[in-house]
Amino acid sequence: MTPSDRGIGAPILAVEGVSLAFGGVRALQGVSFDVREHEVRAIIGPNGAGKSSMLNVINGVYHPQEGTITFKGRSRRDMVAHEAAAQGIGRTFQNIALFRGMTVLDNIMTGRNVKMRSTFLEQSIWIGRARREELAHRRKVEEIIDFLEIQHIRRTPVGRLPYGLQKRVELARALAMEPELLLLDEPMAGMNLEEKQDMCRFILDVNEQFGTTVVLIEHDMGVVMDISDRVVVLDYGRKIADGTPDEVRGNQTVIDAYLGVAH
Amino acid sequence: MAELDTFPRLLLHHAQVRPDRPAIREKDLGIWQTATWRQMADEVRLLACGLAAQGLTRGQHLALVGENRPRLYFAMTAAQALGAIPVPLYQDAVAQEMVYVLRDAEVTHAIVEDQEQVDKLLEILPQCPRLAHIYFDDPRGLRGYRQPQIASYERLLEAGRSFLATHPRFFEEEIGQGRPDDTAAMHYTSGTTAHPKGVVLTYRNLIESGRSAAQMEGLTDREDVLAYLPLAWIGQNIFSYTQWLVVGFCVNCPESPATVMTDLREIAPTYYFAPPRVLEALLTQVAIRMEDAARIKRGMYRYFMGVARRVGGRILDGQPVGLVDRLRYGLGELLVYGPLRNVLGMSRVRVAYTAGEAIGPDLFTFYRSIGINMKQLYGSTETSVFVCIQPNGQIKPDTVGPPAPGVEVKVTDAGEILIRSPGLFREYYKDPQATADARTPDGWFRTGDAGYFDQDGHLKILDRAKDVGKLVDGTLFAPKYIENKLKFFPYVKEAVAFGDGRAMVCCMINIDYEAVGNWAERRNLAYTGYADLASRPEAYGLVRDCVEQVNADLAADAKLANSQIHRFVILHKELDADDEELTRTRKVRRGFIGDKYGALVDALYAGRKEQFIETKVRFEDGRTGSISATLRIEDAKTFAPAAAKLAA
Repeated sequence: MTPSDRGIGAPILAVEGVSLAFGGVRALQGVSFDVREHEVRAIIGPNGAGKSSMLNVINGVYHPQEGTITFKGRSRRDMVAHEAAAQGIGRTFQNIALFRGMTVLDNIMTGRNVKMRSTFLEQSIWIGRARREELAHRRKVEEIIDFLEIQHIRRTPVGRLPYGLQKRVELARALAMEPELLLLDEPMAGMNLEEKQDMCRFILDVNEQFGTTVVLIEHDMGVVMDISDRVVVLDYGRKIADGTPDEVRGNQTVIDAYLGVAH
Repeated sequence: MAELDTFPRLLLHHAQVRPDRPAIREKDLGIWQTATWRQMADEVRLLACGLAAQGLTRGQHLALVGENRPRLYFAMTAAQALGAIPVPLYQDAVAQEMVYVLRDAEVTHAIVEDQEQVDKLLEILPQCPRLAHIYFDDPRGLRGYRQPQIASYERLLEAGRSFLATHPRFFEEEIGQGRPDDTAAMHYTSGTTAHPKGVVLTYRNLIESGRSAAQMEGLTDREDVLAYLPLAWIGQNIFSYTQWLVVGFCVNCPESPATVMTDLREIAPTYYFAPPRVLEALLTQVAIRMEDAARIKRGMYRYFMGVARRVGGRILDGQPVGLVDRLRYGLGELLVYGPLRNVLGMSRVRVAYTAGEAIGPDLFTFYRSIGINMKQLYGSTETSVFVCIQPNGQIKPDTVGPPAPGVEVKVTDAGEILIRSPGLFREYYKDPQATADARTPDGWFRTGDAGYFDQDGHLKILDRAKDVGKLVDGTLFAPKYIENKLKFFPYVKEAVAFGDGRAMVCCMINIDYEAVGNWAERRNLAYTGYADLASRPEAYGLVRDCVEQVNADLAADAKLANSQIHRFVILHKELDADDEELTRTRKVRRGFIGDKYGALVDALYAGRKEQFIETKVRFEDGRTGSISATLRIEDAKTFAPAAAKLAA
């Protein structure tokens, strides 16, 4: 399928000249790139290149010292986490961040939190709006459970699940907030081949079915080259390449930095 | 409407007589969604019209591929309404395995479940040029497909809607043309040998067979059935399609294959079928969970299962049992059996069948002893299933009961079972030679099974007639009998016994990954995967105990004492249908395995201590690779035959 078929549009997110430092450690230095609507955009780079920091800047966990972030046409110096969520940015984490004692269903329900309007009081006595709302949200959550094929673990506490499934549950929770932009931090880390293939299929299905824009960090080059429309390469906090998988693959700087040369 | 002698007529009948009763349920988005008989009739009407508009005509075949989904059931009736013939395929078959059937049946139209099946059919499209229409139920992932052959189920319904507007009487007229001796369905036999054969069954075959069995069991329209076995298998057709339409009960489709256990418990079917393999897996799960349970529960389980083993079966059969034992059993019912049945999803079961292969007597008695009316039956695709059924109250673990109503059974001098019944198939599709070979000149069907009638007139099945062999000393060797004895142990998943024309019996064994894995974990044994676990000396020790217990059992039977297992090996990979080691119904293909692992068989008989072996495997995505290992071969203790033991 060609990109135009999928309706890849204008940039939905642009970061310009973003620099981030922790004391003397310069995690990001003047990084600029954009993400177009409906595309799958990968950020790659060796360990410590600043990939996760970049995601954290985009959804407002870190506040960069320099640069601007433009999301859906609005520019600002830095994002605020809850605002990012309200604006439609969802994410998963490199080390799974789920509520381990809660069931899969409840974990995914927490993803609907941003969409709930009823008050704490209404919810606690389970009347009127709270009840209607929960039924509607539950339906949405069930659609996601169906979509990610995790019906069989609906009632299982997350802590008892194998790693690959926990990753899937985390994706489910991110999807529950119906994000326009989905940030995935190493969605396939630590998975075996079969789990990776499943996850790739889910990411592509999400992108296709819901039109969700996806930004993902991934180490597995095969995966990145297969599923991304465009790739940004970071090294020591700087952008060293940006383009289609083929362009990036052929780029000598990338080959040297990422795939390694004798230092 | 005339006689209720075709499935579409039965559907219209139910839509009239019980329009608002549930016909079929499916769990979707976590909720059981129900279609009533009237709703079903309406949808089948649209679907039949749609298929007709798309060019499906009388006598053509409609392929169905997928899990049990209401829409695939609707499609079966819709095809039959048009006089077309549904051909369900095994949904887990790899694409190349489907080629033969699609070409043989000259399939033009197919209705499939999802993207996975669409992809498979697209892959083999060049080999099946007649296949021109593929409709899918679940649109997920298929939005970008541009192939002209593909359309959604909804599009088919739309086509039906406009066709119906211009041909309002079409559906009823087509149904009116159906005759009881028309072909109702074609099921391909799983083929332990050569190519699968299409078994042509008529409405009369299926309906008469299903109806008399339903009468015998007193089935009503209040039954609930869980449809969880492959559509392509004749048993699924009989229990969840034929009898469903004959009786008018409700069929329930699980949410996904992984949720069957939960769905089973939620539905609590009243009429239940499970092949021994499923019953075995359930019991393994129970056994594992009991070993993990607290000491007091474990003690209770052990004590009351002992009581159940002694008197449970007799109580179920209505035989006299002493008062004290009755009280004990009553207490056990309260504390163990009731809750256990509930966990198994069998608390409402009135009639449960098991068939498909021989069942270990211990496994069978387990279910009966906790109060489940589990019965064995005997049959095959060619006989529309029902040949023998155990009547209530006359259950023996090692027979399959007397012939079902309307069925004649006799045994030849050579020991082969012959059958004559209304359910007997018309022919093998396009294979008059095989059709002729399968019958004696006077019209009896040769089952190919060896067996005999016991003194009460109950049929006892030994093995496939061609598999029963002899050791060099001339004593009987029934491999399946030995394998089944091994497989009853929760730690043994699969066993393959060799011995025909040899001096002794040797065995290849697959451990049950779940059960042995759990056992190892409780002993803090670290292992990296199946192959590693299977090669552990601890695993060998575990399996040797099982083998030696089987040997002790065999020694007690004078006829079989010589078939004790002398040597065994644990295989490094699980036998798999994808590698052609099992059939799609998961029966071991002994000859194929013997050839494939020839080096291993030689080593078993040559007395070697270990053997290097390399085998090809096929991964789920269709690629092939190979795995190799050096396997250890061990000796097992054998016992003197029973007579000698008594003397000692």
